[in-house]
Amino acid sequence: MSSFRFTPTPLDGVALRGELIDTHCGGFACFEGWVRDHNEGQQVTHLEYEAFEALGVREGERIIAEARERFGVTQALCVHRVGDLQLREIAVWVGVAAAHRDEAFKACRYIIDEVKHRVPIWKKEHYVSGDSGWVNCERCAAHAHDHSQEDHDHHHAHG
Amino acid sequence: MTAALYGLILAGGRSTRMGQDKAALKYGERSQLERAFGLLAPLVSRCFVSVRADQQVDALRAKFPQIIDDADGVVGPAAGIHSALRAHPDAAWLVLACDLPFLDAATLQNLIARRDPARIATAYRSAHGGLPEPLCAVYEPAARAALEVYLAGGRNCPRKFLIQSDTLLLDQPHAEALDNVNTPTELDAARARLGAEATGTPRALRVQYFALLREQAGRRDEAVTTAATTPRELFAELAARHAFTLAPEHLKVAVNAEFCDWSRPLNAGDQVVFIPPVAGG
Repeated sequence: MSSFRFTPTPLDGVALRGELIDTHCGGFACFEGWVRDHNEGQQVTHLEYEAFEALGVREGERIIAEARERFGVTQALCVHRVGDLQLREIAVWVGVAAAHRDEAFKACRYIIDEVKHRVPIWKKEHYVSGDSGWVNCERCAAHAHDHSQEDHDHHHAHG
Repeated sequence: MTAALYGLILAGGRSTRMGQDKAALKYGERSQLERAFGLLAPLVSRCFVSVRADQQVDALRAKFPQIIDDADGVVGPAAGIHSALRAHPDAAWLVLACDLPFLDAATLQNLIARRDPARIATAYRSAHGGLPEPLCAVYEPAARAALEVYLAGGRNCPRKFLIQSDTLLLDQPHAEALDNVNTPTELDAARARLGAEATGTPRALRVQYFALLREQAGRRDEAVTTAATTPRELFAELAARHAFTLAPEHLKVAVNAEFCDWSRPLNAGDQVVFIPPVAGG
């Protein structure tokens, strides 16, 4: 089973945790990203995620490999949803099992941070107003014509 | 249910007629192995290189995911195919020789689109004689048991295996696409032919679009014939055509499903993706 994957179907945290059970491990840390009802002052009704899966799986697997090497964790898995998501659904699930809690927490944090910055996944928010927008893209697009250079450190780097 | 499709580039040959490692032969800047992997990897869920056990740490091969021949007396390409079917028995395998310098993405896409998962295999008819081409073919999971029976009979020719199996045979979209190169003389001829194509003449590329770029282009992918030599030039051409609102400084670029530099040379058959700012999680 690969350590990073995409799925169009709802995530089941209990089942995913079951993939990591390992008698060598004494600690398990998990992060779930949920669909929330607001972002930057707008009321969100639902989301859609789109991924460039061929590259996304490779980059995701590289991130997991880095986490294993840096923190010496035993088991790590990240699964990201694609398609339409409703409020309260799990958008991304990260689980890490290790001998002790410290490396499990650190590796879990590392994986979710890197995934948000590096894996080619895009999120479109749909708002109560009827508008919608690709997160992190629309503001860049608005700036593209005046070549504004302020605050462009966030390219590929916030979420 | 249709099995997931994995890719396997055969690079375990001994290259005796060529007198040097065929996988490392270069056309332009890239080795044959890198070119074959670059063509196939974007079209399959996972892609591997088939190697003999003594080739695992070879510098060219070590950078790719590998399937290592399990040594049970089988020699030649059948060993690689069998090892892959055994390593991932639930997957179907698109098996590809590494020494096909004229192979293009369209030939692979057509094979995948017309694959029949209910058969043992889907393959092209050879342009030279009409027999199945075993080294640009899809082997379904059911091929594993059939191949084991065949190998147990002391035979190891994958072409004859396809002839006697339930194989769907297709005509090639481009007759020369599967011409292979085995000798130094054939190599010189191939380089001359590709060189003539590479200088100045437009290249046929495929561009895939995602998210905001997909909406603005009004399509998920596009076949582009262009004189652009780098992703930077290509983006300028496409931005003018589709009125993209994102500027190149907001994007990253990937060629053949790997991040790359904006000034990387583009080759015919490359698959290009411009990557808008991401927002996972």
